[in-house]
Amino acid sequence: MLKKLALAATLALAPVSGAFAAGASGEVTNYDFSFEGAFGTFDQAQLQRGLQVYTQVCSACHGMKYVPLRTLSAEDGPGMPEDQVRAYAEQFFEVYDEEIEDFRPARPTDHFPENNAAGAPDLSLMAKARAGFHGPYGLGINQFFKGMGGPEYIASLLAGYTGEEKEEAGTILYENKAFPGGWISMAPPLYGDDVEYSDGTEATIEQQSKDVAAFLMWAAEPKLMARKQAGFVGVLFLTVLSVLLYLTNKRLWAPVKARAKD
Amino acid sequence: MSGIPHDHYEPSTGGEKWLHSRLPIVGLLYDTLMIPTPKNLNWMWIWGIVLAFCLALQIITGIVLVMHYTPHVDLAFGSIEHIMRNVNGGAMLRYLHMNGASLFFVAVYAHIFRGLYYGSYKAPREITWIIGMLIYLLMMGTAFMGYVLPWGQMSFWGATVITGLFGAIPFIGESIQTWLLGGPAVDNATLNRFFSLHYLLPFVIAGLVIVHIWAFHTTGNNNPTGVEVRRTSKADAEKDTLPFWPYFVIKDLFALAIVLVVFFAVVGFMPNYLGHPDNYIEANPLATPAHIVPEWYFLPFYAILRAFDSEVWVVIAANFLTGGIVDAKFFGVLAMFGAIIVMALVPWLDTSSVRSGRYRPMFKMWFWLFVVNFFVLMWVGAMPAEGIYPYIALLGSTYWFAYFLVILPLLGVLEKPLPQPDTIEDDFKAHYGKSSTNDGATAATPAE
Repeated sequence: MLKKLALAATLALAPVSGAFAAGASGEVTNYDFSFEGAFGTFDQAQLQRGLQVYTQVCSACHGMKYVPLRTLSAEDGPGMPEDQVRAYAEQFFEVYDEEIEDFRPARPTDHFPENNAAGAPDLSLMAKARAGFHGPYGLGINQFFKGMGGPEYIASLLAGYTGEEKEEAGTILYENKAFPGGWISMAPPLYGDDVEYSDGTEATIEQQSKDVAAFLMWAAEPKLMARKQAGFVGVLFLTVLSVLLYLTNKRLWAPVKARAKD
Repeated sequence: MSGIPHDHYEPSTGGEKWLHSRLPIVGLLYDTLMIPTPKNLNWMWIWGIVLAFCLALQIITGIVLVMHYTPHVDLAFGSIEHIMRNVNGGAMLRYLHMNGASLFFVAVYAHIFRGLYYGSYKAPREITWIIGMLIYLLMMGTAFMGYVLPWGQMSFWGATVITGLFGAIPFIGESIQTWLLGGPAVDNATLNRFFSLHYLLPFVIAGLVIVHIWAFHTTGNNNPTGVEVRRTSKADAEKDTLPFWPYFVIKDLFALAIVLVVFFAVVGFMPNYLGHPDNYIEANPLATPAHIVPEWYFLPFYAILRAFDSEVWVVIAANFLTGGIVDAKFFGVLAMFGAIIVMALVPWLDTSSVRSGRYRPMFKMWFWLFVVNFFVLMWVGAMPAEGIYPYIALLGSTYWFAYFLVILPLLGVLEKPLPQPDTIEDDFKAHYGKSSTNDGATAATPAE
């Protein structure tokens, strides 16, 4: 019966996971990403490709104000050489500088610029702010096995346009299989070959979607690899400690239990 | 009640005597650590240590997080991102604190269920129980206010909904709500006072924890049999007990290490599983999320809050009898707080003379139904209030109240309890002695 209670306590975590309440959800493909699972790591080449898609396509409307440009050189991130980051920031982004009261080319110490031009949401945390997987019945089982599904949702959304559109109250809405409700106001951003990958990867819609989704996961959780490593070390050491304490405890109680046999 | 007879600290050297006659602090620590503890405690008695660990973890990680956090509506969300990206070890600290709250509640629920099953609330431990309930209430308040601090969408809208509950109080509700919020709506003033209280309350909890421990060190621990330790002589007491150090310290630390393996796996590999994605969207007073859901540990009470809508006959009756003063919203609020009040009053609602559920065949069934019902309420609290869910919530809420107000008072009269062991020593021997075949039916996991 105590085991039952312990089991119940464990299960208590499952039925109530975070992603229960995202409403009617669309079709989200469970894409494989290199950073999934306890030992998953970011694929540097993929992050760089994703950065390219973000820069050349997404950043036209979206901003990423919480992500410092300097972190592009992070080894457990895109891992770009520092001089390359400097050149990149300068070439592609402009930021408003309060000191000179004007725009100037970005430096690595700046963040990715904000962009509110089209009313598009900031993408810094998008991969954690959306859930691709839910339920079933609010039980949190899908999230447990597949993950929260933020990057999967982003990739599915970008690749999920059907080509249909309609006008509603003066706004054009585009049909999208992944978007909850089915109609989204964002025009299809990708048509295939929107960017030219320097590593020769074919820039299909799906490939670009996955690459930018992976990049946004890094943007949202830049310490993902360090976190998993800390978790692994923690689990490992605590397991060893548990074994030692188990043996200590067993030895400590052995005479007490032996006396009970008298 | 006099304590369990045991050896007390005797200062031996001159220095110790000097200190002891001025400040008997070593004696206090000695008596606390060497307290005689029933030797048949099972694994459900480990949650106290886990809770103490959680409190320490939350205070330590919290103090460091505060060094980098900015309680301002325009800066709070960004300062969390600063912690997650720029502060050394900040992401880990924040995830530990975030999931530490969940571990805290897992442990407190296990701890409370243990108390309910083994009758730990019964005389002479009512004060321990009441202090425990106060700690639990403060924990809920602290956790709720902590969840507001990151200033995400769920923070903001959760705060709006929960403070709105106070607005449901007739006549004075709106004034109370405005006073709590520091203005007409959740805003910077709210964030600032929540931050202040979120820092203060854990220390109040720490103080109450000391009183909690003081109380049960006065009465002695309960144990799985519910039979008291013999206090007739020190020799008798020693047959039933072992000193807390080292026997239970090591046992508890072993259990804590196991719990922490799971905890670190969650923090390391799925730190956002128990959170809500919407809280990674900065608070926006103009955009209401599709479903406002509290953190998992509030869900059973959230379900009770929502269960009593205006179509339930008791609500209609209350509304009619009070001339409209008690409407559905206020009734829900009363039910939610009432659910905790009836639990706090359980020492006086449970009429059975037998303490431990182990020897109460009828109680056992109702108790396990209560546990299942708790999880059902938790689940239904996360579901939208439409379709069949409100009915399930109403059924579950009714059982919650029936358990405390009807079933426990009646069981004491109707139930025929099983024979209890005479002493704790007998129980211990029944588990570990040679002829231990007789105790299969009541096989609680014994003390290691």
